[in-house]
Amino acid sequence: MENAQLIAVLASIILQASPLIIAVCGEILTERSGVVNLSLDGTMLMAAMTAFVVGLKTDNIWLGFAAAAVIGAIFAAIVALGSIRLGQSQVAVGFVLALLGDDLSAFLGQNYTRMRGVSVPHYGIPVLKDIPVVGPILFDHDVVVYFAMALIVVTWWWLNRTQPGLKLRGSGERPTAAFARGVDVNRLRYLYTILGGALVGIAGAAFSLDVKIGWSDGHIRGTGWIALAIVIFGGWSPIRGAFGALLFGATKALATVLQRAFPEVSVVAFNSIPWILMILVLLAVGSDYTERFINAMPRGWQRPLRRVLRVSPPMALGTPFHEG
Amino acid sequence: MHVELRDIRKYFGHVKANDGISMVLEPGKIYALVGENGAGKSTLMKILSGYQPPTGGEILLDGRPVEFHSPADALAKGVGMLYQDPLDMPPFRVIDNYLLGRDSRVRLNYKDARTELENLAQRYNFHIDPNATIDSLSMGERQQLELVRLLAGGAQVLILDEPTTGISAEQKEILFESMRKMTREEGKTVILVSHKLEEVQELCLYAYVLRRGRLEGEQELPCLNEALVEMMFGQVPQRTRRPAFAVGEPVLELQDVSIESYQLNIPNINLSVRAGEIFGFAGLEGSGQRQVMQVCSGLLSPTGGRVRLNGEDVTGWSFHRRQRDGMGYVPAGRLEEGLVAGLTLTEHLVLARPDKKFFVDWKANQVEMGERISTYQIVGRPETTADALSGGNQQRLLFSLLNTPLKLLLLEHPTRGLDVRSADYTWQLLYKRREHGTAILFISADLDEIIEHSDRIAVFSGGVMSRVLDTQSTTAEELGHLIGGQA
Repeated sequence: MENAQLIAVLASIILQASPLIIAVCGEILTERSGVVNLSLDGTMLMAAMTAFVVGLKTDNIWLGFAAAAVIGAIFAAIVALGSIRLGQSQVAVGFVLALLGDDLSAFLGQNYTRMRGVSVPHYGIPVLKDIPVVGPILFDHDVVVYFAMALIVVTWWWLNRTQPGLKLRGSGERPTAAFARGVDVNRLRYLYTILGGALVGIAGAAFSLDVKIGWSDGHIRGTGWIALAIVIFGGWSPIRGAFGALLFGATKALATVLQRAFPEVSVVAFNSIPWILMILVLLAVGSDYTERFINAMPRGWQRPLRRVLRVSPPMALGTPFHEG
Repeated sequence: MHVELRDIRKYFGHVKANDGISMVLEPGKIYALVGENGAGKSTLMKILSGYQPPTGGEILLDGRPVEFHSPADALAKGVGMLYQDPLDMPPFRVIDNYLLGRDSRVRLNYKDARTELENLAQRYNFHIDPNATIDSLSMGERQQLELVRLLAGGAQVLILDEPTTGISAEQKEILFESMRKMTREEGKTVILVSHKLEEVQELCLYAYVLRRGRLEGEQELPCLNEALVEMMFGQVPQRTRRPAFAVGEPVLELQDVSIESYQLNIPNINLSVRAGEIFGFAGLEGSGQRQVMQVCSGLLSPTGGRVRLNGEDVTGWSFHRRQRDGMGYVPAGRLEEGLVAGLTLTEHLVLARPDKKFFVDWKANQVEMGERISTYQIVGRPETTADALSGGNQQRLLFSLLNTPLKLLLLEHPTRGLDVRSADYTWQLLYKRREHGTAILFISADLDEIIEHSDRIAVFSGGVMSRVLDTQSTTAEELGHLIGGQA
């Protein structure tokens, strides 16, 4: 493969992964606070459709993004209300919303399929984009990509280096202990569920206004489930989650390359590569074997290795919290 | 800080967990709060630390009445509580756990926090690595961290709930030393909630004793253990004469059984319970009687020794295998361990039957359950779910599900939480079992119950089982001695 071609493939992996990264960061914020929003697939479809239609009608992509964020926030608010206020199962509410969003977006968007609309402008960052190799891969993109990159850093920083981030994680790990330290656990869960949902909505818009421009029935069906899987794969960390999204994109690109090299093998076989990889990693991470592997390493390495390899979900994930 | 509780009341429905408790706690002293399980200690301490509001009564700090809106609010006003299982964040690093809720600035100041944490730890001779994760710490280290956090948060009054359960002897020494320092040198007020009377005697200046939600008495320490035991349990009555019952062959035998766990080491238990005998385990909660009971039932494997059922070695047998062999077990947590909340009575019966048929004859089982409901006087119907029953009826349901005949019946707190009538009825049922030759072994925190119903008694204290006492020839004083851990 030519160098230029390789660079183009890498740049496209980053572009393709960006909306996924945004959704993953949003869901990480939600889940770290102790709430599972399973509605992602439906939310993203609804958001993608809404963003495209609003963008088309107003001729303004930013209004499209804003509308998508609102849709995401509303879906998330239903999950939050159902689980925090009404004590319903988060899994059930989210799951039904996922199905609802799918069909509702198909119905509401049926008159807008396969139309030309607005799209996110391309913006190469001056100077940086001219760096050989790295420039075109990282810095010659649409704003959606820069937003995703910034979001990884900000989310990580917020979670790990700020007081509100500690409170957020505390609510997802051990809400009673967080409450004892003055955290209003349920208010905080509302907040991050809705914020996370808004980001998921933006991710949906990033598809229909940038990465996969336009709208059609079932436009990005399945993407929400992929994002949920990547959250787990990434061990609820934005950096590992972003890495997971990129790896997912890379294996898909690899599948395309392999497809060209082995035309006699069915496409479907190559499409399953990312999933096989993901299930293997999920089974390996946090298993006894990982622990044994870590213990066999030199003492000085064990702590950092454990932090990288050992993954556990927020302990109170999916469980309601009652004060007192 | 001078603390005064005035007429604190806490009612849960009809249950009076705290019924007008008043006490005064002065700065610079370590106080003990003792009482049996269910006496109202935790409720009272939860009120004093802001976890729940009282139904009535007043808390005064340094003479001013205060109201706590949350635990954080209580800490801000100077009262902090260390739980038996410290309220920390297991996957967090020590330093992050320390910082959570520390102040309201957005950015975390690791440098200052680290210095602060290390200085405080050093003052009390604690050793905590700020970069370790909490789940890699021992229980003692987690306590130390939590104490440091409470002190940094401004605690002038510290409540420690059973702090010595699950920590090593050295850590216990460090903890006690730190409590002495906090009171003698720093003028803080410390309250120790404990079951372990030796520790209370060693450490505290003054004891408040709760019993059934009321303040039963107060006492300068150290004193004789019996004085405390008597306040905790009330006057131990002499047992009423009961017709002697001819006991048969040994049913359950423990031979040199030892149990080691991180909480407690229980060495060398030798015991034999015979057919038709009622055998009681007495002792303060957490003294080892529960573990021994679990070894008898097969829920816990002993680290050494043999268990025999009807002469057969069943040491390696599972709970279910022993059950099939004629053992019955009624746990303390009726709804948690014994019953399935959402299942109906008939469904419970089907689950409990020894014959496991694939197809269930629901009609026949419904009829059978109906009969058992009337035999055992359960207020409920075959289609009622177990969680809809009252405590007494849940207990009757558990009894009705036991198979007949039983060789051995193990019970934990058979009448806890029951009213007098239900408790009496429970014992009637047990006596009927005994007439059929069932050997009965039970744990109870209620000394009256043990004296009233057991043929023989073993007392546990700190994992050590006393010699087996014959109830007929045992005096209340003797029991008090043994429970307090004095041989």
